[in-house]
Amino acid sequence: MENLVYIALFAPFVSSLFALMFVMVPKQTFVGIVASLLLFISFLASATLAYHIAMTNEVIHVTMMDWIVVGDLSIPFGFVADHVSVTMMVVVSLVSTVVHIYSIGYMDHDRSFNRFFSYLSAFVFSMMVLVMSDNFAGLFIGWEGVGVCSWLLIGFWYHKKDVTRDINPSISPSWAANEAFIMNRIADLGMLVGIFIIFWNTGSLQYDEVFPKLAELSPVVLITAAIALFIGAMGKSAQFPLHTWLTDAMEGPTPVSALIHAATMVTAGVFLVIRANPLFGMEEVAGVSYFIASLGTFVAFFAASMALVNRDLKRIIAFSTLSQLGYMFAAAGLGAYWIALFHLAAHAFFKALLFLGAGNVMHAMHDELDIFKMGALRKKMRWTWLYMGLASFALAGIPPLAGFFSKDAIIESAFNEGSLILWAMLVITAGMTAFYSFRQVFLTFHGDARYKEFGIHPHEMYTYVLIGMSPLAILAAIAGFGKDWFEGFITNLLPEYEMSEHTHHLASILGAIVLAFAVGGILLAAFKYIKGLKRSEKTENSFIYRLLSNQYYIPQLYAEMISKPYAELSSIFWKSIDMKIVDATVDAIANVVYKSGDGSRKMQSGNLSNYLAWMVFGAVALLIAALISSAIG
Amino acid sequence: MIGLNHYLIISGLLFAIGLMGVVRRKNLLMLFFSTEIMLNAANIALAAAGHFYNDLSGQMFAFFVIAIAASEVAVGLGLLILIYKKNGTLDLDDLATMKG
Repeated sequence: MENLVYIALFAPFVSSLFALMFVMVPKQTFVGIVASLLLFISFLASATLAYHIAMTNEVIHVTMMDWIVVGDLSIPFGFVADHVSVTMMVVVSLVSTVVHIYSIGYMDHDRSFNRFFSYLSAFVFSMMVLVMSDNFAGLFIGWEGVGVCSWLLIGFWYHKKDVTRDINPSISPSWAANEAFIMNRIADLGMLVGIFIIFWNTGSLQYDEVFPKLAELSPVVLITAAIALFIGAMGKSAQFPLHTWLTDAMEGPTPVSALIHAATMVTAGVFLVIRANPLFGMEEVAGVSYFIASLGTFVAFFAASMALVNRDLKRIIAFSTLSQLGYMFAAAGLGAYWIALFHLAAHAFFKALLFLGAGNVMHAMHDELDIFKMGALRKKMRWTWLYMGLASFALAGIPPLAGFFSKDAIIESAFNEGSLILWAMLVITAGMTAFYSFRQVFLTFHGDARYKEFGIHPHEMYTYVLIGMSPLAILAAIAGFGKDWFEGFITNLLPEYEMSEHTHHLASILGAIVLAFAVGGILLAAFKYIKGLKRSEKTENSFIYRLLSNQYYIPQLYAEMISKPYAELSSIFWKSIDMKIVDATVDAIANVVYKSGDGSRKMQSGNLSNYLAWMVFGAVALLIAALISSAIG
Repeated sequence: MIGLNHYLIISGLLFAIGLMGVVRRKNLLMLFFSTEIMLNAANIALAAAGHFYNDLSGQMFAFFVIAIAASEVAVGLGLLILIYKKNGTLDLDDLATMKG
């Protein structure tokens, strides 16, 4: 079993190194195939581990080697395959296998085909380290690793030039990559502080040692640690106010958006909260947990509202990811950790499917993303239409698809906690989710063929890519039925979450309300868009429409309030402090050496007589120095 | 009575003369002579100090210096002859070819 842990962990690493060897040569299809195979091996190992743990309930803990041993600090390279990490491993390796296969087709014409696979596999390895580590330090390494890979992959087409926000709200891939990285750095500082607090107070970073000691700590310490760790989670999972990077990250290739910015990396924040549930579940930090739930609900609503009017195919899905991450945080904050994890897994399947479908559309439309320029694509792309329709139904929470079970459980637990405001917001958001998902589907695949004006001839994706996507489609459809089994499996490790008698009684009514909102959203979208796009000047110029389509002017606000003052300040520091003090000092030292050298150059006259005179002068000087020093003693 | 100090004064004077020669003279051959004077100044000091301390090592050192000076002169004069054959002069001002 130990070997399986290593295989699951290192197969993506080997794949990354293998692809790395071919970075400088033109496209080699076998690189993609080998990478996909290695990822599939990783998936098989993870699945075997999951089966083993489900059968025997045995947690597999391996310590590869000592890593940092200094004084009292001992951090080993240890990995653990328990119920939580094995769930994440299966999700990550499955989605990434599909995305690797998909990328062989999607990146077909890209000249950096081999480099793409190297980065993508390196990401999977980092993600595996993140979820499998048995201590906070290893988690942090994985956390930073996925950050770097995310940066590399968002900026994959780094050669694209910067443009203004009117043309492309994300400016350019390299700009978006830097934005994502910097925002994550801000949050990572919080995370690091949290880790330091934990180490300072418990003397260890191993989960097994830290969590039992939490009960001895004072409430202030616990609350600070929980807040600091949650700040880290907010950055990685793009929660308000650090959310702007996620939509801009859509500049990366679509498989990247599917794998990193929808299914796996952005859920790392949720994973952290779930992993640290002994901390977040304590009585003392109930306030922080409630804040997490409230923030999650707010983000769910806030992101869904922005998705309502967006015209960019990928950005709509990105906002939807934000919104669903909000749901997961809501569940985790309310103490329903296993429901959060269940939604995480279900969301990974249907959201990856949705993104890969969007990639097919992009491929067909020659990188056009504006849904106002599409329409009627279902005649040309039947399979993509089916996949995206299925994923949208799952996202909207229509039974019997996966999203219904997981989202309904979250909304039910909000009701169960008596937070009716959260419950109401989550229900309304469910309606909005259904509306924007189907607005997108109808505008893309139904109605009038607007793309003809632009001279585009769409075509379906390669067959093997469509087959490769099928596991996600199947799981998006059926994963919901595994809910009861999953509850039994995961609650061996995570705390149980029991609905009260009252909630249980009302469960079917609550479910019906959510379903009514979802169906209502779909019907509204159908009513407005299924016949084709009818644009109304009045709506598009209204204040709310503009507010939403400009993302509440938050990116502009950040640019004006933070980026520009910072640039000004940097410019002042550069011109007055760096140039006039630091540089001037360094230049002065260099000048002294230069001038003295230039002055003493005249000594080298080539005349032996002069040299001898200098030698005598030196000897006499040394003699005098010796005399003086002996006189002083 | 002639004591150690007299010898040392003579030695010092000779050394100073040699040093002045090394610094002031422009002819390489004269420089050689000047160094010989300085070596001999040192020899006087060594022999005198050896006698004063009743230690033969001083005089032994002086012999060594004489022997080494002889061989050095043999090599040095050979080089001087070659330089003279090559450049037609031994004047240091004319030999200054390595000006920086």
